[in-house]
Amino acid sequence: MKYKTQKFFNEWTKEHKYQIEDIKLILHLWRRSPLSVIGSIIVLALISIALLAPYLAPHDPFEVNVPNQLLPPSSEYIFGTDKVGRDILSRVIYGSRISLMIAIMVVLVSSLIGAVAGLISGYFGGKIDEAIMRITDIFFAFPRLILAMAVAAALGRGITNTMLAIAFVSWPIYARLSRAGTLQIKNEVYIEAAKSIGAGHIRVMFLHILPMIIPFTLVQATLDMGGVILTAAGLGFIGLGAQPPSSEWGAMISLGRQYVATGQWWVATFPGLAILITALGFNLLGDGLRDIFDVRMRR
Amino acid sequence: MDLRTYTARRLALMVFVFFGILVISFVLIYIVPGDPVGAIYPQAPPYMIEKITREWGFDRPLHEQFLSYLWKLLHGDFGKSLLTNRPVMQDLITFFPTTIELATFATILAVAMGIPLGMISALKKDKIPDHIARIFAISGVSMPVYWLGLLMLTVFYYQLRLMPGPGQLDPYIKYPPTVTGFLLIDSLIAGRIDAFLNYIHHLIMPSFILGLFGAAGIARMTRSSMLEVLRKEYVRTARAKGLRERIVIIRHVLRNALIPTVTVIGVTYGMLLEGAVLTETVFGLPGLGQYATRAAIHLDFLAVMGSTLLIAIIYSFANLIVDVVYAYLDPRIRYG
Repeated sequence: MKYKTQKFFNEWTKEHKYQIEDIKLILHLWRRSPLSVIGSIIVLALISIALLAPYLAPHDPFEVNVPNQLLPPSSEYIFGTDKVGRDILSRVIYGSRISLMIAIMVVLVSSLIGAVAGLISGYFGGKIDEAIMRITDIFFAFPRLILAMAVAAALGRGITNTMLAIAFVSWPIYARLSRAGTLQIKNEVYIEAAKSIGAGHIRVMFLHILPMIIPFTLVQATLDMGGVILTAAGLGFIGLGAQPPSSEWGAMISLGRQYVATGQWWVATFPGLAILITALGFNLLGDGLRDIFDVRMRR
Repeated sequence: MDLRTYTARRLALMVFVFFGILVISFVLIYIVPGDPVGAIYPQAPPYMIEKITREWGFDRPLHEQFLSYLWKLLHGDFGKSLLTNRPVMQDLITFFPTTIELATFATILAVAMGIPLGMISALKKDKIPDHIARIFAISGVSMPVYWLGLLMLTVFYYQLRLMPGPGQLDPYIKYPPTVTGFLLIDSLIAGRIDAFLNYIHHLIMPSFILGLFGAAGIARMTRSSMLEVLRKEYVRTARAKGLRERIVIIRHVLRNALIPTVTVIGVTYGMLLEGAVLTETVFGLPGLGQYATRAAIHLDFLAVMGSTLLIAIIYSFANLIVDVVYAYLDPRIRYG
């Protein structure tokens, strides 16, 4: 039994020799780039905090305790308390779930829509290509935050609509990227081979080209995560995103805004710090990934 | 293709883009189940709402509304804002100058921060200064601008009293008469140096924050294009003939490396026009961003469409100018 596993493992490594070397090279480049290491640590920490929120949070993030209102940071309430005595640390911890979920959903949806649009555009070319690319031109010239605000306001406030609004304005960049990738790949010999044995358009597009353009979009997706978190928090801050009593970070800053003048700085400061660190983590990682993939292309 | 044909084609494309923006925002705004009249007058009785709806034409078919909007637009009429009850065009003229002032200052600061940061990064590649410069630049785009604005107001205004608070002018300073709408220019026309300086003082914090946001892209572009130029053979030649490093960097590297940076600066300007939305809100600056935000919140759609179109127009022209300037600066680029 043990021998069999060993044998299987050996064969598997032999078969996937090149992939394994690729991964080793990426790991090597990753270790040499301190920015992406820092970024990865932040992102991993964020994911762990979001997953372990119920165990990490010292208090109930929604528990109202009016006598304890607006307490400054202390050993009991490390980040202080807000207007109705809720523990800000616990709220920031739970808020990571909301931001992370928004970022993942938006990036997934918009990259999927964008990838398919770009795939169709690049694969078929001609008029379809022209039409899809002109639509992306329109979206690029759109002031995205204002459009997202208008969509969020019209659809109604809340997290789901925030996600819809941001996804609606984020997909064109993925369409451009995946179109470029498709153009590069569609004339490869293996695509021709697939076609010659009778593979249809759909099969070629989704099974042979799509997997190859995912790396093109990966860097953009990572960079976008930071941007989406910022935009979502911005909408929350204006009052068009997540609504109180949600512990969404932008909405929390908005609640703390009125205390800035009176000296209760902690109410707005800590949620903002969380946004900054989170967005920084994704942006550092994305920037580092971009360098890594760049080097590989120059190889 | 020569530059003139290229420019003409780009202009034609731009008209198409603006039309597309109108169609998309119009459809989006009118098919979603928002109730603009109810949003503005929440307490209005049903017969009032019905009357206003009819007056504004919200009850007519979509294409009819769109065509009539387009027709008015071609005559320079953006419609009337539900919120301010003034023509949107007039509102835009009132609110836009502040945004231009803010975005211009911010872009200058972004260039002043971004280019040196990018240079340090490129010259000390993969060393500590590079890492620090890059983390600083990336922090700029990771910053919730409204949050940094609140923090800076707390520290420099409420605590230290070093900087002025929100608004354009201190309350005890009278506004100069409006001539151009640009407060900076108007105060100079009126000979009001006090108002001029006071306004600049008010602009420092918001434009620094916005500039920080724009600096990241400029720094990144400067870094990567400098790294590319540094590898060129003419740089090696310049060094080999014994030029001092400073001269090599300034005369041979920087001159060539800054060409792509010019493109980013144009894009940054457009980006900051939009980025001003949240900054204006926090610093109480009566700009287009604040206007559009309020309009969006209250479903004042003609105002939203007007602001969107205006920003898109400026953004597209900034991009066009940049591309033409780029082609002009770099004769190797011929659009074909």
